[in-house]
Amino acid sequence: MSGVSVTKAAQDAATTGDDLVVLSDVNKHFGALHVLQDIDLTIARGEVVVVIGPSGSGKSTLCRTINRLETIDSGAITIDGKPLPQEGKELARLRADVGMVFQSFNLFAHKTVLENVMLGQLKVRKADKAAAEEKARSLLDRVGVATQADKYPSQLSGGQQQRVAIARALAMDPKVMLFDEPTSALDPEMINEVLEVMQQLARDGMTMVVVTHEMGFARSAANRVVFMADGKIVEEATPDQFFSNPRSDRAKDFLSKILHH
Amino acid sequence: MEAREIVFDFLEGYDLLGAFWVTVKLTVYSALGSLIWGTLLAGMRVGPVPLMRGFGTAYVNIVRNIPLTVIIVFASLGLFQTLQVTLGGGDDFEVINFRLAVLALSLYTAAFVCEALRSGINTVPTGQAEAARALGLSFTQVLRLIILPQAFRSVVNPLANVLIALTKNTTVAAAIGVVEAAYLMKDMIEAEAQLILISAIFAFGFICLTLPTGLLLGWVSKKVAVKR
Repeated sequence: MSGVSVTKAAQDAATTGDDLVVLSDVNKHFGALHVLQDIDLTIARGEVVVVIGPSGSGKSTLCRTINRLETIDSGAITIDGKPLPQEGKELARLRADVGMVFQSFNLFAHKTVLENVMLGQLKVRKADKAAAEEKARSLLDRVGVATQADKYPSQLSGGQQQRVAIARALAMDPKVMLFDEPTSALDPEMINEVLEVMQQLARDGMTMVVVTHEMGFARSAANRVVFMADGKIVEEATPDQFFSNPRSDRAKDFLSKILHH
Repeated sequence: MEAREIVFDFLEGYDLLGAFWVTVKLTVYSALGSLIWGTLLAGMRVGPVPLMRGFGTAYVNIVRNIPLTVIIVFASLGLFQTLQVTLGGGDDFEVINFRLAVLALSLYTAAFVCEALRSGINTVPTGQAEAARALGLSFTQVLRLIILPQAFRSVVNPLANVLIALTKNTTVAAAIGVVEAAYLMKDMIEAEAQLILISAIFAFGFICLTLPTGLLLGWVSKKVAVKR
């Protein structure tokens, strides 16, 4: 059922040919470790790209370079045609258009759930308070945590916190959403509630870059799977192609280790 | 009744409450001054501008290693008598000395506030700042809205220590003629015979100021702690 609309979104993306995020020849080192090697990746508007790969392959770093939480050593990244600026007002403006969801949720611990979702609207978008609250409440309702609005993050379960984090990012009306292993810190029974929210977002046509180990999500929601190993993009394919017929040995090896039990 | 009157006879003619009131005023003004300046210094020390970081580091390391007496005496001899800085006190020595003492105490205590706060900033997980930056908040907004509120909550106890130390440090202001508790004590010791009793009275006075401060802030510390 979700497959139909996802495929449609993919076609839309393909036909418009509208590139939202473009990484070209990106390199990054952590000391001696060459963590991103000659990365070229283009993400079209409305596309859902899932990045998978073994630990330490650079996939989280890749995700974090897109809103410049990690700087790059060489190459170029553009978002909606604009190159990523240096740290400062310009970059802050650009980051506001790029939603980010972290592995460890990172909700503001001293603010309530509602305040978490309102903060960006008030301080970055300069929205009026009543409008921000209304929007925050409707987003919290959309991710299914409306009843928790006045609690503090520490009073919520991991799954609820992550859904609030998604609502917080959505409140900025981002052009693209980055998910950096959004379910890796969750108890197994909470993973699905977060994935469902992400599935819904994908169906709604949000442009998404998702770093994850959830192969089920990659199969059902991705337009494209990007497989990374040792700092390089080894393979890019549709989920069907990738999971049933991977081309590279590295991907075959990876899949054989994770899918056979 | 009789006995007490005889024992505390010598207090006659001394403005004990007035002196302690000056101590309280010195403490409150200096606490506010050092809190503001110390917060700015902490902001500089964790900030992205190398020049400000360097200034913050140098300031803290120089100021906290100079004896307070030297700083207060410098404020009087250097700022006032040599450079004629009166801080708007006109030609009223009492006002000028009081203001110079507040300035010196603030500048000195700010170094300790800064360091307490910086250790509090280190307790805030980096993810908090990353999430705030990812929303598009500027550096100062991240600091003001996310980092400092959490940092302050985790350093109420260390700041209480700084405040108690400040309360007692106000006694150094006697060196430039501010008529606070220690100044009065010196006066009384010169004129009266009950040395131990005088010391005990002033010690008790300071405990009356600092003990409730510590207890209250200890309670506040538990109350505002950020749960993670």
